[in-house]
Amino acid sequence: MATKLPSVDALVVGFGWTGAIVAQELTDAGLNVLALERGTWRDTPTQFAPSFDQDELRYFWRQELFERPAHQTVSFRNNADEVALPMRKLGSFLPGTNVGGAGVHWNGQIWRFLESDFVARSHNIARYGKSAVPDDMTIQDWGVTYRELEPHYDRFEYLCGASGKAGNLNGRIQPGGNPFEAPRSREYPNPPLKLSYPPVLFGQAAETLGYKPFPHPAANLSRPYTNPLGVQLGACTYCGFCEKFGCGNYSKASPQTTILPVLMRKPNFTLKTQAEVLKINLDSTGKRAVSVTYVDASGQEFEQPADLIVLCAYILHNVRLLLVSGIGEPYDPNTGQGLVGKNYAYQITSSVNAFFDDKVLNPFIGAGAMGMICDEWNGDNFDHSGLGFIGGGYVGVVQTGARPIETHPTPDGVPMWGSKWKRSIAENYLKTMSVATHGSVMSHRGNHLDLDPTYRDVYGRPLLRMTFDYTANEHRMSDYITDKATQIARAMGPREVKVNKRVGAYDITPYQTTHNTGGAIMGADPRSSVVNRHLQSWDVPNLFVMGSSAFPQNPGYNPTNTVAALAYWSLDAIKTQYLKSPGALLQA
Amino acid sequence: MTGRPMKAIAALGLGAIAITAAAGTAVFSQTGGGDPSLVARGQYLAEASDCGGCHSRKGDQPFSGGQALTTTLGTLYAANITPDDQTGIGSWSADQFYRALHLGRDAHGRHLYPAMPYNYYTGMTRADSDAIYAYLRTVPAVSYTPPPNKLPPPLQIRAIMGVWNALYFHPGEYRPDPARSADWNRGAYLVETLGHCGGCHTPMNLLGAPKTHQYLQGGMIEDWFATDLTADRRKGLGGWSRQDLVDYLRTGRNAHAAAAGPMGEVVAASTSHLTDADLNAIGAYLSERPASASTPAPAIDPATMRQGEAIYVDNCSACHQMQGQGAPGFFPPLQDHAGLQQSNPSTTIRVILTGVQSTPTAAKPTGVAMPAYAWKLTDRQVAAVATYVRNAWSNSAPSVTSGEVSKLRRKLVSENQPPRAPTTRPMTRPAPDTLASPGSDSRDNGTPDAGRPASES
Repeated sequence: MATKLPSVDALVVGFGWTGAIVAQELTDAGLNVLALERGTWRDTPTQFAPSFDQDELRYFWRQELFERPAHQTVSFRNNADEVALPMRKLGSFLPGTNVGGAGVHWNGQIWRFLESDFVARSHNIARYGKSAVPDDMTIQDWGVTYRELEPHYDRFEYLCGASGKAGNLNGRIQPGGNPFEAPRSREYPNPPLKLSYPPVLFGQAAETLGYKPFPHPAANLSRPYTNPLGVQLGACTYCGFCEKFGCGNYSKASPQTTILPVLMRKPNFTLKTQAEVLKINLDSTGKRAVSVTYVDASGQEFEQPADLIVLCAYILHNVRLLLVSGIGEPYDPNTGQGLVGKNYAYQITSSVNAFFDDKVLNPFIGAGAMGMICDEWNGDNFDHSGLGFIGGGYVGVVQTGARPIETHPTPDGVPMWGSKWKRSIAENYLKTMSVATHGSVMSHRGNHLDLDPTYRDVYGRPLLRMTFDYTANEHRMSDYITDKATQIARAMGPREVKVNKRVGAYDITPYQTTHNTGGAIMGADPRSSVVNRHLQSWDVPNLFVMGSSAFPQNPGYNPTNTVAALAYWSLDAIKTQYLKSPGALLQA
Repeated sequence: MTGRPMKAIAALGLGAIAITAAAGTAVFSQTGGGDPSLVARGQYLAEASDCGGCHSRKGDQPFSGGQALTTTLGTLYAANITPDDQTGIGSWSADQFYRALHLGRDAHGRHLYPAMPYNYYTGMTRADSDAIYAYLRTVPAVSYTPPPNKLPPPLQIRAIMGVWNALYFHPGEYRPDPARSADWNRGAYLVETLGHCGGCHTPMNLLGAPKTHQYLQGGMIEDWFATDLTADRRKGLGGWSRQDLVDYLRTGRNAHAAAAGPMGEVVAASTSHLTDADLNAIGAYLSERPASASTPAPAIDPATMRQGEAIYVDNCSACHQMQGQGAPGFFPPLQDHAGLQQSNPSTTIRVILTGVQSTPTAAKPTGVAMPAYAWKLTDRQVAAVATYVRNAWSNSAPSVTSGEVSKLRRKLVSENQPPRAPTTRPMTRPAPDTLASPGSDSRDNGTPDAGRPASES
């Protein structure tokens, strides 16, 4: 029997990036805020100290920082013809857990989306005609515009101390930045990271071809910085252990290094760790969330009432919580009815390895978002007429490091084992680099999330079932931009290249990105969205759902900056409108 | 109040100070009338005197006592000074309270131990004592009896303090020096009396009495070495500007150093609440403290420096940088760092062994921390890198021996477990390490296992 606890003003479920942002803002607004995190406390000098942090076996191979599939996982199938099976080892994506979530182990690639990304449906139809968006490509407009989000992007970038060069300042294109980016109101808070040789080589080659490369915007800091909250960050040391690792130098933006020192001192904030939320409880009308049920480390159940509940548990758990709590109608791909779980999307990536004889590239020097990028083929930055796809992605060299267990590319024709393999790695390691592509995924009526009919978690709740595959749109797009990557790679003058196009069905086993999106999409119309444009549930007005679950489809950039900007945007509405007059912010 | 203390107050400039609010500071104006302003003034003085530093257990009811203070002579537990009649000082009069601070006697006339620094508080004016008394009467009364002191015989007999007092205690209110400015005198009063800085920062003799001829030249407190506070350019505060000192006491941080450990607690509980004027007055006073006699630069073994440098490059340079320049205000610069160049290396050693977190304050909420190295470095390696940082660049200080390291390691490391044990098998401790031989590369870190795979022992 669950023990009922005293009510709180606001309850935050999950304590990663959005959990910390939401708690910080709502405590500033004077609310008593409680955050529940299923994992444990983590902080820089104790869990990510530089005296032991660069340990690839522990963190990459044995996956110490990530969610444990034995405790919680998804079942997966490419399409409805298959039976979904549980993912027993993390591969394609690496969800976070514990305080800070994946904000601890991300690379720090901090991008804004394009203006056209937010109106992907209407924009593409207007430019290319209705046939550009087939019926089963279920993309939608977001209900919010880039302009509305601009100040919130700015806010997160200054919170993180983002290092970069503006390419478009209030409509004026700036040299050295991304000429394709949407207009920003001011320069980045810190200059771009220093570049090691591979990104510089890429940039030189791209320029000879007439393209406009620019430094990748980074939430790894190029110099010591104090953010607007008074929290301090250090300068990146280019150690090459960024993605999948915590940062021991306080030089990667994370909740720990940007928000928690201030938030944890507030008397009106409480964090409970090892408290896993099992479901959200509704009242008898089904239109009001009254509490959550959670389990502590000893297995005891508690009921935690709250006036306002904000889901910050990552897209996969946000959507699952909605489904197991009976909030909204689950999406059925056969009938097209229901919305919760609809429009699940991901990212499509590829790479081109370049092998040199005459250049020592020192690839082990790295920082999460240290790179040079060409954005010519992202979004609708180029004319798609006659190409047979919409969307795009960025092309570039992101030299995040070359850790030995993970990194050992060999040219075509080299065996995958034995002494020849070893010799090839020894000969090529210092002189190899990789040009990568990072592309969009349009939503499709078949790609969705729902509850698995067979498999359950340790608490007896059905696992989230993921049904996803790329469509012809993604493959055509990815092949197109991979050709561009190959062109630039050849222009660098290597001995040989090895092109790794993304072929076949989506494979969940190799690591790609942790950019899962959709399932609780936002929109202007309750008939086609789960949350309104302020991320408020249409069904349950005192419930807000943060995270990339709101994305109706996934553009060609990393999602974190947009996830944070949406959180600030939503919190703006909560603080200025909802708290003064709780209830639906928009009429259905 | 008699006329004389009033004149003393006026001379100290206390009567003329209008206090403005700073983050967390009690606001008051010295109108001289009404209880509320007396209580507010008393709260400010209690913060300046850091009563809570000993008399408030962490996270528990303020001033209810029970906090342990470990000294070389034993462990004492602070008294309950809430107004509880049975277990606190609720039955004490203002006279009796003053007598405790001024003469070191409790309400029954028994001697207090100088762990309660009455030998410093004796300088406090009666008016200030009354204000603190008035404030303490307003804090919630807590019924709590602290544990009995753990003192070896015959020290548990309080009357023995009579002997100590006869030898070392000179009661008397602070007498302002008419040749000095009001600002200087205020600083002297804050440092010598209220702040009782000498209680930690002055070396003590075997009987726990301050060596007054070495006033503020550094002292041991609970296995930390509290630094020299004189104007010494190398070991003291001579390299700090006035603003550096004010920043440090207000926020726990400046371009040179970060407050941590016991001093971090002092900053958080006491000095961060002081006014700008008072902090500047402290600076005015300290800037004129004469430095100790300079000692000749000690000879350092070059092989130790080479070994220490190699360890430093691998383990320390990511934050503190190759030339020890650090990141001022964040990772303390090690070159010219006074704390590293104290005659007693205890703080240097313990920071390497157990790590250290700079105390967060409202102005500097990030408690930047240095991780622990006890699990990673042997005593010899810690001694080498400690000797290196104390003597690299333009630093100069006595070298550190592995015996000094192992002594502190025995005391500290069992209480401070290493970060969560790696899931892999622990690396074998390097074989008996050798110092680099004169011709060897400085990158050789002195461990013969370098470059070879870890093996089972």
